[in-house]
Amino acid sequence: MKLLHLFNEFERGANGSAPQLTTRREAFGQIGRTVGKAATLALPLAAFLKPNHVHAQTSGDSIIDVLNFALTLEYLEAEYYAMGLDANGLLTGDIRETIALIGDHEAAHVEFLKSAISGSGGTPVDKPEFDFTAGGNFNNVFSNQTIFLAIAQAFEDTGVRAYKGQAANLMGNKDVLTAALQIHSVEARHASEIRRIRGSKGWITNAENTTGAGAADAVYAGEDNVMQLGFNVTTVTQVNRNHITEAWDEPLNKSEVLGIASLFLED
Amino acid sequence: MKTPKFSQSRVVAERDPHSRRSFLRKSGLGLAAAGLFLAGCEDDDDPIMFDNTVNLGSGDVAVLNYAFALEQLEAAFYAQVLQGGYFASASAEEKQIMTDLEAHERAHAEFFQAAISSVATAIPALEVDFSSIDFDSRASVLGTAQAFEDLGVSAYNGAGRLLTNPDFLLIAGKIVSVEARHAAAIRSINSNSPRAFASSEVVDSNGLDLARTPSQVLGIAGTYITTPIDASGLPQ
Repeated sequence: MKLLHLFNEFERGANGSAPQLTTRREAFGQIGRTVGKAATLALPLAAFLKPNHVHAQTSGDSIIDVLNFALTLEYLEAEYYAMGLDANGLLTGDIRETIALIGDHEAAHVEFLKSAISGSGGTPVDKPEFDFTAGGNFNNVFSNQTIFLAIAQAFEDTGVRAYKGQAANLMGNKDVLTAALQIHSVEARHASEIRRIRGSKGWITNAENTTGAGAADAVYAGEDNVMQLGFNVTTVTQVNRNHITEAWDEPLNKSEVLGIASLFLED
Repeated sequence: MKTPKFSQSRVVAERDPHSRRSFLRKSGLGLAAAGLFLAGCEDDDDPIMFDNTVNLGSGDVAVLNYAFALEQLEAAFYAQVLQGGYFASASAEEKQIMTDLEAHERAHAEFFQAAISSVATAIPALEVDFSSIDFDSRASVLGTAQAFEDLGVSAYNGAGRLLTNPDFLLIAGKIVSVEARHAAAIRSINSNSPRAFASSEVVDSNGLDLARTPSQVLGIAGTYITTPIDASGLPQ
């Protein structure tokens, strides 16, 4: 099944609205520029800054829908790392060890989610076909370690935001919610490690996209939020604004995540 | 270097009850400056500690106060780290990490103070006892930091199910992933292993991180938090 079709099914099941899919031409047409992508792929920043706005809640998705959405992201990550580890000479030494562990976790997440979906009476979605060159924009993804790790960072930081955005949809099943949270924090550990290997801080300052790929701006859009539960955190602490933005990770909703993931779909 | 898991922590085993007073005399000012109140150490031998018992409240508020208690513990710890000999001689990278973590945990604690107070009663400043930690020792500081960060991750993971308000769940989610980023970074600099950041000590064969119940977490944190905490109002 094509992932695009899958996404459309997710969205129909959710609320009938069209997903915010983005063509590669749109996403990569202006690589290197820092404007445009966030606006294309993400909700307006104002939506993040509005007090009490919660992306996660009340989309109406069933728990199985959410788990299949998560499974699709885990398929993407698991296949990416498996292909990276198979690529001759791409990953060596300590970095290979790190990626091997992350790949093991993603593969375990795939199996865990499949079991959870089946155990809940649902049917796990099939693995889509991925194109990790993103339509030829990253032709050296499996031969250039720098590119490979940059995209890995984007995937992990996206994964953290995706699980966070779905947590509220899992409140009806506390065991599933707990398991999803347990995956969520593992994705955050992965993100931190890959970021640090690449020379970034393990946490996200403002909405800084440190991948070096302008197409990943959407991965970080809204991470500069300082409004939490209606409080402007800059007014309740002496901690500076940069540190405040680092101290809270922000969610992405399903459409935002699918907009990012769609760049890596086989045509 | 290898660090024992929290429950067997070396820093706990090496506790020296006599060091606490002199330690606090030297360091109390720095902690006060960080906005965190440490006191009560002279009550060590006083069996009547329960006068100070702090009640977390009930329902979602109790869960938020529980998180606030853990953030207070972390914030107090990193405030003290920044005053210690390890930090003074740490590498630039490690100084950056410790500076960031102190700021993040302080922001979390002060946010919870404000947010909980706006709707209910926030717990007061808790008394902590760090006499078992050698703030001049890299191994002691990093071992404790690793234990606290992993504990925080497992606490939030275990507490999500106790919340009924999705806004509060989202806040917990926004914070727990930052704690996990911290845990990975601390684990990484505290080990030579490229797998330490998410080793099998904390991630199981299903790829799941630790989740602990409040009673498990408070049992561990009680090594450092001396104020008695009444968690009986926490949702089950």
